[in-house]
Amino acid sequence: MTGYFLIKLALASVVFFGVLNLAGLHTWVERKQSALMQDRIGANRASILGLRLFGIFHPLADAVKMFTKEDFIPAGADRFLHTLAPFVSIFFALAAFAGIPFGDRLAVGGQMIELQVAKIDVALLYIFAMLSLGIYGVILAGFASRSNYAMLGSLRACAQMLSYEIVLGVSIIGVVMVFGTLDLQEMVRAQGKYFLGVVPLWGVVLQPAAFFIFLTAALAETKRVPFDLPEGESEIVGYFVEYSGMKFGMFFMTDFIETVMVACLATTLFFGGWQVPYLRPEGFFFPWGAHLAVSQLTYVLLGVGAFMLKVIVFCWLFMTIRWTLPRFRYDQLMHLGWGILFPISLANVLVTGLVLACFGNAN
Amino acid sequence: MLRKRELNFWERIYLPEIIRGVAITSRHFFVNLFFHSAHRLGLFKGKLAAVTFQYPEQTRPLASRSRTRHRLTVREEGTPRCVGCMLCETVCPAKCITIVAGEHPDPNVEKYPVRFDIDLGVCVYCGYCVEVCPEDAIRMDTEILDIAAYSRDAMKLDLHELMDPKLRKPVAECKLKFPHQCKIHGNQTRGSWKAVYGEQTCAAGSLEPQD
Repeated sequence: MTGYFLIKLALASVVFFGVLNLAGLHTWVERKQSALMQDRIGANRASILGLRLFGIFHPLADAVKMFTKEDFIPAGADRFLHTLAPFVSIFFALAAFAGIPFGDRLAVGGQMIELQVAKIDVALLYIFAMLSLGIYGVILAGFASRSNYAMLGSLRACAQMLSYEIVLGVSIIGVVMVFGTLDLQEMVRAQGKYFLGVVPLWGVVLQPAAFFIFLTAALAETKRVPFDLPEGESEIVGYFVEYSGMKFGMFFMTDFIETVMVACLATTLFFGGWQVPYLRPEGFFFPWGAHLAVSQLTYVLLGVGAFMLKVIVFCWLFMTIRWTLPRFRYDQLMHLGWGILFPISLANVLVTGLVLACFGNAN
Repeated sequence: MLRKRELNFWERIYLPEIIRGVAITSRHFFVNLFFHSAHRLGLFKGKLAAVTFQYPEQTRPLASRSRTRHRLTVREEGTPRCVGCMLCETVCPAKCITIVAGEHPDPNVEKYPVRFDIDLGVCVYCGYCVEVCPEDAIRMDTEILDIAAYSRDAMKLDLHELMDPKLRKPVAECKLKFPHQCKIHGNQTRGSWKAVYGEQTCAAGSLEPQD
């Protein structure tokens, strides 16, 4: 029992370490990538003993700033709920990671460890539940601030997130139907097949329409730029306007953590999770007949590496989209969600169902 | 009148246009990333990867006609070319110039500034003072742009700084030899013409009025 507990603790630590660092690095990537995209240089002044390293210490400087700033609670605000909101927000965003499988089984001392913090049969539902609960943080922030702007911001956030939650849910039904499971680890394993022995049958190959809908809806869930109506830092004032110091930082981090979460989900559902093309537990089997044997540990590590690489590529893509597209107008946002994405995702479910009914479970 | 163009089908479905936009920004990203990396390796130094000027270390080239902080031009012997005619003080729309004129021992010069103050906190950098000066005594070509101070008082320049643009606040010592109201020494009158022209010239009276 103690061993089981320690294994889970180790897994949770690894995931927390990875996720929090990746989210922290996002602030650096955000500055540097936007700079490169706009022919600028980007923040490069923070240094430790003259060592600048392309401004990688700016997140550290940010953290110091956030922790030493005044923590202000406006007069008339509900002190308890005001303090609770950012914790709720960040807690559920982090808790969702428990369901993400980041590698295949690892054999340590005769034990098979699934590289997934919590082995849940309905991991997908669990993750979506956690992401939905995260909305409470947003609602509480707007409600407890006693500020009309914050209230309006959180109302926008609610409307947006509830609308896109539905689209998000419906868009993955197709994936669930194709793979026939809600267990993410099983879903990733199911993506280890090949079409004609060449093309990996990843989710994106089987469900391309669902992928684009999922990507759009998931971006809306992260509340980042093309869909940043709830926040609108500089113009329309968002739900965390009354927050300062680290509480603001927590909302800020939540966005980045959710971005990582969405990248993980997109990887797991549509890009084969930890699957490396042509890699099976026994080694590489290339379609042209070549064979390369690898040890079990190498196999698992390659899988974890592939997962991380895919997640990072998605993070890059989201960052690119964030610095490319302008913000939607509110009516455009609602039209996109309810008028376009929702019907398409329903049609996708219908078509997937028909194909599965006619041709059986072909894959 | 520019008519609003109807979007065609591919533009209306939005997705291709998003991909086009992302392609443009990604191209910038990867091209700049390549050149930044190449610069690190000492390659393609001629091709810039960013339009940024790293300001305090790397200043932007200024146009030759740009107006920057003032300076007073100086004669060979170290006195200002200014003859205290008050034209600049008169023409100044911001009224930021204060001149106190004194008598110059040279009859061809007649007057010189005992005090010459410019309040940069008030100056509008119109350059009228430069335009109006008959003696080419004031110029705005120091290329000093970083004028900032913690107090209004520190924005006021006097003869010391105007005659030597290299001096920055706080000016520690007075190097001017001719008689002037020295701000450094509490507005006392300091210096003498003997220190400028030497005992003999002054004693021989060659600088005194001739007739």
